[in-house]
Amino acid sequence: MPDTTETGIDGRQDHGVGPADAALEAWFMREVWPLEAILMQYLRQNWRDRSAAEDLLHDVYVRVYEAARTRLPDHPKAFIFTTARNLLISRVRQRNVVPIEAAVDFEAIGLAIDTPGPEQITIARDELRRLEAAINRLPPQCRKVVMMRRIEGLSRPEIALRLGIAESTVSSYLENGMSVLADVLYGSHEPGVSTP
Amino acid sequence: MNLEERGVASGDTQVLKKRAANWLQRADSAQWNEQDQAALEAWLSEAPANRVAYWRVKSAWERARRLRVLQSAEIEVGAPTQRRRRMPIWTSVTAIAIALLGVGASLLFSGPREQIFTTGIGEHRIVTLAEGTAIELNTDTVLRAKIGTEKREITLDKGEAYFSVAHDAKRPFVVVTGSGRVTDLGTKFFVRRDAASFEVGLLEGRARYDAANRANNGSFLLEPGDVIEDNGRSIGFAKKPTSTLADELGWRRGVLVFDRTTLADAAAEFNRYNATKIVIVDPSIANTTIGGTFEAGRINVFAQLVHNLLGLNVVPRGDKIVISR
Repeated sequence: MPDTTETGIDGRQDHGVGPADAALEAWFMREVWPLEAILMQYLRQNWRDRSAAEDLLHDVYVRVYEAARTRLPDHPKAFIFTTARNLLISRVRQRNVVPIEAAVDFEAIGLAIDTPGPEQITIARDELRRLEAAINRLPPQCRKVVMMRRIEGLSRPEIALRLGIAESTVSSYLENGMSVLADVLYGSHEPGVSTP
Repeated sequence: MNLEERGVASGDTQVLKKRAANWLQRADSAQWNEQDQAALEAWLSEAPANRVAYWRVKSAWERARRLRVLQSAEIEVGAPTQRRRRMPIWTSVTAIAIALLGVGASLLFSGPREQIFTTGIGEHRIVTLAEGTAIELNTDTVLRAKIGTEKREITLDKGEAYFSVAHDAKRPFVVVTGSGRVTDLGTKFFVRRDAASFEVGLLEGRARYDAANRANNGSFLLEPGDVIEDNGRSIGFAKKPTSTLADELGWRRGVLVFDRTTLADAAAEFNRYNATKIVIVDPSIANTTIGGTFEAGRINVFAQLVHNLLGLNVVPRGDKIVISR
């Protein structure tokens, strides 16, 4: 029986110092992705062209990755938001426009103190709710495929057989499902924007 | 170096996300091979943007594993829909049949014969079923096995057992507990049932846990190190190093392994294995933590150590050992 591959990318590059890729990936999972919703909100508030927010967000991730690859920051939240602010400032300079409001108000978004608190518990509870919401947002057939694969642990041929569809169709449902799950789960999904 | 120079072209994030999901989807398939893996790694190394996008979608997919199936989600697959069992009718029919016909009654129903295995307090027993599965019963355990041609069903009435299942895709191996069931998908796992809750831990392979308690009605796919605790009202999910799980299975070699375990928990563990019971009368010492490896059946040796090392009063009183400050 084909296994539920925990797709191990272990493409370990040797940078001498700095965390190994696996550790860095785990750090992103633990510290970075859960901040996506609030980070997105920050970017949308502070950048005129709201449609560019998704690209900005990804650029923040790239910058965070490049810095964290050398050394994991001690205060992840503060570090990530400072990175976002610096990115906005550099974009403003490139465009020779005067910033409207490019300062990060850490107090306002409750990130002044970078210690785990009750909010992390909320995040965990929130995550389950988000997961449920994400699953429910998938189109019915796609949802079935995702659940059969991820929850039931069935193989693709088994899923194809049960649903009477081609394996290639199973694959494309999975691909779409994975993509939407990440967006809804991490919250960069704009409310009201529907998925196909 | 600014971002444009790095090649994070604006507007491409959507495309990049799609591409990352495509890689992940392919990596999740059974056809994935070493060349594919090498190609993936090359793509990841091409640009940090690729790697970040891939990690992001992958982490969401990993988290999704924790999701319980919602009651509202109607999927018509496998075991969950077969959960409803008509046990009361079955048992009453059996009882009547036995009353009428005595021993010969077993010929009347086509279902597989039920075997019962038990251990007393402090006992440890290994049973090998005809089809190859090994079951180790821990102390004070009652377990029933029905091995049929289409399915193999074990009911754990109380206690704890470790299963090393001879996998047979055509004949699922299912362990039923109070409000849940574990279905083997090629596995080594343990199930422990207390009065109020039970715990399932997976050491090797894969298994599926189907809950059927009041609040949750769903499935979890278990992977090595996963532990589920279900108390009938809610379900807890934890990931433990398999070495920790191996410690929890110390009883298979007759020992209890404690690591930052409270005295109260340690005493409760010893009490499972011994007719003599430890009683801690002083709540202020119950949370003292201890560690070490102890013979499960030698509660007196443990009590003596508690006295020597922690300086507590240890007094035998009938079939009890009373510990106080």
